Amino acid sequence: MALLEARNVRTSFHTRNGVVRAVNDVSFTIDKGETLGIVGESGSGKSVLCYSMLGLVPQPPGRIEGGQALFDGTDLLSCPQMQLNRIRGKRIAMIFQDPMTSLNPYMRIQDQLIEPLLIHDKLDHHVAVETGIQALKDVGIQDAASRIRAYPHEFSGGMRQRVMIAMALITKPDLLIADEPTTALDVTVQAQILELIRQRQQELGTAVILISHDLGVVAGFCDRVLVMYAGRIAESATTGDLFRDPRHPYTRALQRSIPALQPRGSELFTIPGMPPDLSKPIGGCAFAPRCGHAIDSCREMETQLKMIETRHASSCLRAQKEGLKP
Amino acid sequence: MPGAPSSLVQATAVLEAAEEGHSLWKDAWYRLRKNRLAVAGGIVVLILSVLCFIGPFFLRYSYEDQNLSLRQTPPGLQHWLGTDKLGRDQLSRILYGGRVSLMVGLCATAVSLTIGVLYGAIAGFVGGKLDGVMMRVVDILYSLPFTIFVILLMVFFGRNIILLFVAIGAVEWLTMARIVRGQVSSLRKQEFIEAAIALGLRRRRIILRHMIPNVLGPVVVYTTLTIPAVMLLEAFLSFLGLGVQPPMSSWGLLLKEGAEMMEEAPWLLIYPGLLFSLTLFSLNFLGDGLRDALDPRASKD
Repeated sequence: MALLEARNVRTSFHTRNGVVRAVNDVSFTIDKGETLGIVGESGSGKSVLCYSMLGLVPQPPGRIEGGQALFDGTDLLSCPQMQLNRIRGKRIAMIFQDPMTSLNPYMRIQDQLIEPLLIHDKLDHHVAVETGIQALKDVGIQDAASRIRAYPHEFSGGMRQRVMIAMALITKPDLLIADEPTTALDVTVQAQILELIRQRQQELGTAVILISHDLGVVAGFCDRVLVMYAGRIAESATTGDLFRDPRHPYTRALQRSIPALQPRGSELFTIPGMPPDLSKPIGGCAFAPRCGHAIDSCREMETQLKMIETRHASSCLRAQKEGLKP
Repeated sequence: MPGAPSSLVQATAVLEAAEEGHSLWKDAWYRLRKNRLAVAGGIVVLILSVLCFIGPFFLRYSYEDQNLSLRQTPPGLQHWLGTDKLGRDQLSRILYGGRVSLMVGLCATAVSLTIGVLYGAIAGFVGGKLDGVMMRVVDILYSLPFTIFVILLMVFFGRNIILLFVAIGAVEWLTMARIVRGQVSSLRKQEFIEAAIALGLRRRRIILRHMIPNVLGPVVVYTTLTIPAVMLLEAFLSFLGLGVQPPMSSWGLLLKEGAEMMEEAPWLLIYPGLLFSLTLFSLNFLGDGLRDALDPRASKD
């Protein structure tokens, strides 16, 4: 049975300029110990999707319009606050994008780090501190026993992200959601942090959802990838299939825009146009206006994610009907 | 291996240190103690308060005993700080006045602090329409002329000192509410608050453990600014005849009387003025020190 199964999740934001459908009818599953990547450009709804499942969408203006997110039999989207509080931080943990702002500047690392242990596991304070020191050692912080007494401003960005990882994993959760965990860090540290997440994941058997806009990061890290565009899933496949045999023009276009994969000296491919305005209804495929393969029916028919092969789904009409390989 | 045991000792020492003093208040107290100026300020305020509240019991003269044959005597052996134009002992008037002034300062500030912080925190945390309504109420109260408001209060409820606290407190909390509301509503969008929610913390714990410490700095500073402001307000009201009534005294009243007779009897102005300034200075140093102590980033070590 899947660890987490999201069914038709729909989240929208009610703003002055209309209703923005940030996540529109998204379904996916993740198994125990699996690594799932969610890629997409800014505003494609990948963060909002995960925020919705953890009850982090500010309401108002946000609103969960429908759907279910079954985690071990509990629907995260509709269960009472108390029940959600028992799951998040204990069984589902999250790492945020910017480590500089995701630690409370007024609290020692120690107090923030062991907070989940104190409230979820009801551990004795001394035991919790010991566990905290061990957790810091596990994420590679030198001199953990004294560093645990420091304040966040005494740590560098990479170190803070290590602390965040230690904090997220301290209760040995079943699922870790990492929302662009390396975006705010420089390249050398990025690799270290990803390696650390992978290593801890293997030790603890945690499932990981990695949100990223960097295809390279996802390629090296995940078992399976969801490509999101305009609040919907464009394509879902194992990492190997996705890169070898993309079945959605958007995925293909993204790959062609990676500089490292282009021949030297050739002009870099860019996707023409802009992502659609999500506050306006989109008839047909959201990517059609920017798509080189679009035909008339693409602009008229609602798209749906459909299985093309086993474990490979695409929302492209032409891929579904004609077996288009962009 | 001479190094090994000592490093072991060090390690255990570090471990022990890691387990004590983990509360914000203990840390703040530790940092505050190192700030000499703030400690001196605190001690002076304490001494002054003790003097004002206990001192009058040991004095020979009451604040209202008149001795018309000894009008405006300069400081001397019999009257240490001289007498005023009705021959009342200046020292006991200053101490009694200090009671009133400090009480007004502390009580009215406490009132404004409680109302302001709660009101502001609720408005900021809940946000949305409630926030809008609550802050418009503040705006409306802000626009009422203070003196007229106090006069109305006095007309309806008669003059008494409790009412003075209420009147001043009712006005001073407005700014506090605005400050706290602004701080809280910007904090609410911070990632570490989201992280705290994602960790499964309850709302109460988030407000108490994560929000309040972050708001404390500006609140403490503003509080220390409010105390002198409130004491001056009391002086102003007394001057208008709406505050403390003679023969009762307060520092504001004494300053006013002293200022009237500055040339004939300068001691009537100098001593209350000195004490008043000393109190305000000490409170400011204390507040500054508290602000630094409560902010871990400002600590020098």
